[in-house]
Amino acid sequence: MKPNIVSRLGARTLNAIGRLGTAARFLLQILWRSGTSWRRFHLIIREIYASGVLSLIIILVSGLFVGMVLGLQGYQTLQTYGSAQSLGVLVALSLVRELGPVVAALLFASRAGSAITAEVGLMKTTEQLQAMEMMAVDPVARIVAPRFWGGVISMPFLAAIFSMTGIYGGYMVGVRLLGVDDGAFWAQMQSAVDFREDVLNGVIKSVVFGFAISTIALFEGYDATPTAEGISRATTRTVVTSSLAILALDFVLTAFMFKGS
Amino acid sequence: MDRVALDFWVGLFVAAGLAALFALALKVSNAESFGSGPVYSVHASFDNIGGLKVRAPVKSAGVVVGRVSDISYDNTTFEAVVTMKLDDRYHFPRDTSAAIMTSGLLGEQYLALEPGGDTRNLANGDKIKITQSAVVLENLISQFLYNKASDAGGTSSAGKASGASQ
Repeated sequence: MKPNIVSRLGARTLNAIGRLGTAARFLLQILWRSGTSWRRFHLIIREIYASGVLSLIIILVSGLFVGMVLGLQGYQTLQTYGSAQSLGVLVALSLVRELGPVVAALLFASRAGSAITAEVGLMKTTEQLQAMEMMAVDPVARIVAPRFWGGVISMPFLAAIFSMTGIYGGYMVGVRLLGVDDGAFWAQMQSAVDFREDVLNGVIKSVVFGFAISTIALFEGYDATPTAEGISRATTRTVVTSSLAILALDFVLTAFMFKGS
Repeated sequence: MDRVALDFWVGLFVAAGLAALFALALKVSNAESFGSGPVYSVHASFDNIGGLKVRAPVKSAGVVVGRVSDISYDNTTFEAVVTMKLDDRYHFPRDTSAAIMTSGLLGEQYLALEPGGDTRNLANGDKIKITQSAVVLENLISQFLYNKASDAGGTSSAGKASGASQ
């Protein structure tokens, strides 16, 4: 029994490394063949609609609630130190630096990433991709690349919208409900949040997450076993892998960006 | 969905995203004040900078006139060297003094500039000569206790002295 476990573990590890290599080659292929989709930009616009515009509702609602919870929780803690005035700083910094990019990316992965995987996986199962190849249409250029760029373009916008609604949620709870001073809320926020250091780094984070989610979702779909069960497994793997990738990448990026002070 | 409606929704989405970024830039962060405007840097040495940090505001008469850009340690004078970037719009006489202050009891520390009376102004790379270090709370407390103790020891002698004069 024991060698069996060990050999299965080894086989799994080798398999995982192999998949990583295939995924990296797949990403290079997408980048290499995405010229067509940039020339026919309406293909990308369609995908921005599918993954960006349709994710807007969930992003807006969860951004609002995350901001409101931050306002409520932050107020309780800051009140003990008599510095409820800096509630704006707490809400804005935590949203712009971390929660905006990360939570928006997690929602994006489960809302749009899984949809992309299911769509591409079903195309593969019903042999649409092979049919395209028969007609000398490159499926990577026609199907995969527009979805990739649609995801990459949507992600920073979604993160920015998430952060902004979150800050307004915190404002509504902090200022309107709990009575923090209106001027102090915004003024302290403005003096503490730096555009380049905080806002732009958040945008960079969300672009990186967009790349990661799109790559994982498309790869899982393109690589799915062409059966009903295979698509369901691929969709699950997309959500799990991209969530883990987002959190791991977030740690690495944070360590790079905010190492000092 | 036809192409026109699709373009409309995507355009709306991108506009909302750009508006959110714009709001983050202007309303949430301090992008418009300090970042790209012309600046000149000035140095100052302190015995002790307390909790002063890079990017702390430099204020004069309460107005933010610049930011601390670098803090280092001088190995020959054993003092902290603070470099600050001041906005080019503001000029200060050469005998301006710098002090490290705290905003509020628990607030952030900032650098306060007190203009002097010299007719020539500070230029890029100049050094502020008159500085006042940060107040270290531990020193303050120990000084207070020391004074209290010396007061307690000194009251009897003071009483004697006043008695002698009568």
